[in-house]
Formats: sequence, C-alpha cells, structure tokens
Amino acid sequence: MIKSLSTEDTLENAGLSAEEQQLFCNARPKAYEPYPIKAVEDFANWARANSLWILAFGTGCGAIELRPLMTARFDANRFGVAGRPTPRQSSVFVIGGYASVKTLKRIIRSYEQMQGPKFVIALGICPVNGGMYFDSYNTVNQFDQYLPVDLYITGCMPRPEVLVAGIMELQKKIKEGRCDGANRYIENFDWYKANQKKVIKNWDMPDYNW
Amino acid sequence: MIAEWLGKVGNFMLTLLIVTAYGLFMTAFIERIIAKVQGRIGIPYWQPVINILKNFFKRTAVSHGVMFYLGPVFRIAGGIGTLAFVPVIYGSESFSNFSTAGDLFLVIYFMFFGQLGMALGAGESGHPYSAIGIARGLSQMTAYEVPFALAVISIVIQYDTLSITEIVAAQQGGWQNWTVFTNWVATLAAMLAFLGMTGYSPFDIFLAPQEIPIGPPTEFHSAYLSFMSLNRALFGATKLVLFMNLFFGGATNLIELMIKTWLIYMVAIVIGVAFPRFRVDQAIRFFFKIPTLIGIISIVYAQMLLTS
Repeated sequence: MIKSLSTEDTLENAGLSAEEQQLFCNARPKAYEPYPIKAVEDFANWARANSLWILAFGTGCGAIELRPLMTARFDANRFGVAGRPTPRQSSVFVIGGYASVKTLKRIIRSYEQMQGPKFVIALGICPVNGGMYFDSYNTVNQFDQYLPVDLYITGCMPRPEVLVAGIMELQKKIKEGRCDGANRYIENFDWYKANQKKVIKNWDMPDYNW
Repeated sequence: MIAEWLGKVGNFMLTLLIVTAYGLFMTAFIERIIAKVQGRIGIPYWQPVINILKNFFKRTAVSHGVMFYLGPVFRIAGGIGTLAFVPVIYGSESFSNFSTAGDLFLVIYFMFFGQLGMALGAGESGHPYSAIGIARGLSQMTAYEVPFALAVISIVIQYDTLSITEIVAAQQGGWQNWTVFTNWVATLAAMLAFLGMTGYSPFDIFLAPQEIPIGPPTEFHSAYLSFMSLNRALFGATKLVLFMNLFFGGATNLIELMIKTWLIYMVAIVIGVAFPRFRVDQAIRFFFKIPTLIGIISIVYAQMLLTS
C-alpha cells in the first residue's frame, strides 16, 4: 500500500523500474522514542532481553556455531533464546562470520524487514576487520559500515560457549537500555545507504524494505 | 436483570483469565517435559508470557491491509467465543459461562470461525509461505472435522441433547458413566481428530516450523503475533475443556479440571514425540479412512445403545 507523503519523507527507490515502484512502499523509516514512563520502558526492556528470537539465517561459516545452541549441551532455551525462521518475528540477527557482498544484500533485506527493537550480533573476527578475508575482492571488511552492530563476539571461530556468553552480555545491555542499533540505523540512514550502495552494484530493491 | 447479566459477564472475564493463564502455563509445562526427554532444562515457566509481552512491546508494526488487522482479531474472537459457550466447571454458577440449550452447535461453529478469519488475514499478507500454510491447514482441518463431527453427532444421539451442560450432567455419578466408557467408539474417533486439532506431530505439517517458516503466521509480527499466541493458549485450553466435557465426564472442581485436561493433552504429546510427521496428503487420507470409519460406526453404536 503506497501512502502519499511529502518529498522529504519519501525515498527515491531509484533502483526499481517505474512499474515496480508502484509495488513497494517508499516511506522513510522513523526513529522511535522510548516510552515516556521509565518504569514501563525498563519493564519492556526486561521482556525484550528475556525473549530473544534469533533469525535463522546463516550468513557465513559461523552459522554452524548457532546450531549447537539448541542442543542438550548448551540449551539456549533456558535464556529465552529461540530460533525463528521469519525476519518479521525475530529480534536478533547473528552475522555468522564473513559477509560477502552477495550475502550483504540479503542481510540488509532481512534486517530491514525485522521489527524494532532489533539487535545485531557480529560473530567472529571477519565482521570486525575482515579477518582472513581482509583482502578478498567480494567480502566486506568492516561490517558496521553497512549495518549497526550491537555486540561483537570475536574469534575464529568462537565456540558456542562464547556465543552463550555473548547473548547474556546482550541481555545485560538491553536491560540497561544501551542497545539502540535500530535507532542509529534510522538516524544515520543516508550514510548507511550510501555505504551499502557503494559495494552493492546491482541495487534492484527498494531503498528500505518495509 | 442487568445486575445478573453484569455478574455473568464478570464471571466470564474471570474464567477467561484463568483459562488463558492455565493454557500459557501448560504450554510451558509441556515444553519443559519435551526438553527433559531431550536431556535439556528447557524454557522457564513464564517464558510464554514474556514472549507475548515482548511482542506487544515491539516498537514498529507494518500492515498489509484491513483484513491483515482483522485476522488476529477474528482468531481471538473465535477463541473467546468458543470459551463463552463451554461450561468450564460443572455445577459451578461462576464457571458455567453462557452455556445454554444448543451451545454445542455454536461451539463447533466458533472453532471453525477463528481458523477461517486467520486464513483470510494471512492470505492478505501476500506471502507465498502463508498461502501454502493456509492451503495445508484448511485441508487438514476439513479432514479432521469429519471424524469429530461424526463423534459429536454420535453423542448427541446418545444423550438426546445439544446442550453441553446436559451432556456433562448425564455423565455424573461415577466414572462408569463417562462417554469414554459408555460410547468408547465415538471417543476414539474424536481423540483421533483431536490429534489433528492440536497440531502436534504427526499432524504439524501446516505449521512446518522448518520448511515453510511456521506456516500461516509467517508475516504476523509485533502485537498481531502476541494476540495470536494469546489465542493459541486460550483456544488450546478451551478445546481440552470441551473434550473433557464431552467425553471424560466434565469436572466438578478446579483440581479435577487440571488433572483431566492435562491427561488429555498428554495423549497428543506422547503420540507427538513418538511419531514422525505426515505429509498433508497422507494426513488427509488418514483422517478420511480409519477415523471417519470409526466415526460412522460410532453413530450406529449410539443408535444400538438407545434401542437395546
């Protein structure tokens, strides 16, 4: 459904053909305010921290470390962590290691379809500085140039124990209200979009995937 | 008159709260049992409540149109409507809800209504996986409704009434009066249909958590999803209460209600952890063969009970 908005509120969607532009929403995303009463916001943050639904999207070699989390040995269900196959319902995106340019496009699509507040965990050394793929022609080196990252877990590869520790650290941060990656993305939207379009040459999707 | 009605509505609200809380608690309890079977600790008891709160506190929600909004509303209306006409505790003034003559028809209608509303809402989301989930869900529902309807017709013939309260009343006075012992054929058919209703393995193809992302609710998120999970708990508990009333003698107090509904639920769980999943065509063939046959036999059996 396309709403008529003023020009500063709309996105160009220049990557789409005129026909396709009719099919996608072109509204610009808006940053959200916390609830006016602090106790309500704290309570909401407590609920968010104790129910982390991870998007089941394996984006690199580190995705293999996500699988054991659900097994009897690590049992992440104890902490309210569950896998969710659809971005609409999930709140945590684990970037499992290197992000190739081809995958980055899908990562952006999935991330933008997630409903806020949403959190990104960068797993492994590759999203930090490229790791062993630092001079690769098709891997992005600094992941936080393209999407806001809330928590880094470095290592190559980090074991599931570290991932569990990272998830508990993320819970602590959420409870303190320090995970505002989704808002940072909206506030610096143009900068992130310019960076994304610099590496993704065949941009054939809307500027914001509602 | 007005005071009486207000009292009834107040009682119903209380019942609604208790049944929903019980449904949520039981979901977590069963999850923990499955986790223990798998050698895990499992979710905390309050996890379903936290999930609902979390979804409710989401800051953004996108819409796909009017019907998308109405889908979860219809769904929860179906759940509340079903509960409204099911007497939860026999003989208790405050837990009898709006049970009147002929409520069995209404209940069966309401059970169907929620699913259809959901199908319309999920259809408008435009997601192909939703459409696949709905096609599978509705065809499976059509299949398991047949043995269930036959079993209900059988006990209606047996007790010669359409009122759930009267059906429960006829089963009082000892376990030998329960439908499961007086008309075990109908109970068997209904329990087989119950397996399809709960959506556990082997009949969980329409949710298919791995292949088609969670089926019809793929596009539902935020508050829509929290409404739907609330309804899942409420509707699940209501179905158990209905089955307990129709086939297992109802309950005269809260403890009896909990024990009986829990045992009925465990039937679906035990079969669910023991059997692999049916494909949708296999599930439909299954329901149209043996359970339907048992359902038809149960009607003949009920007629024989009356004439003998």
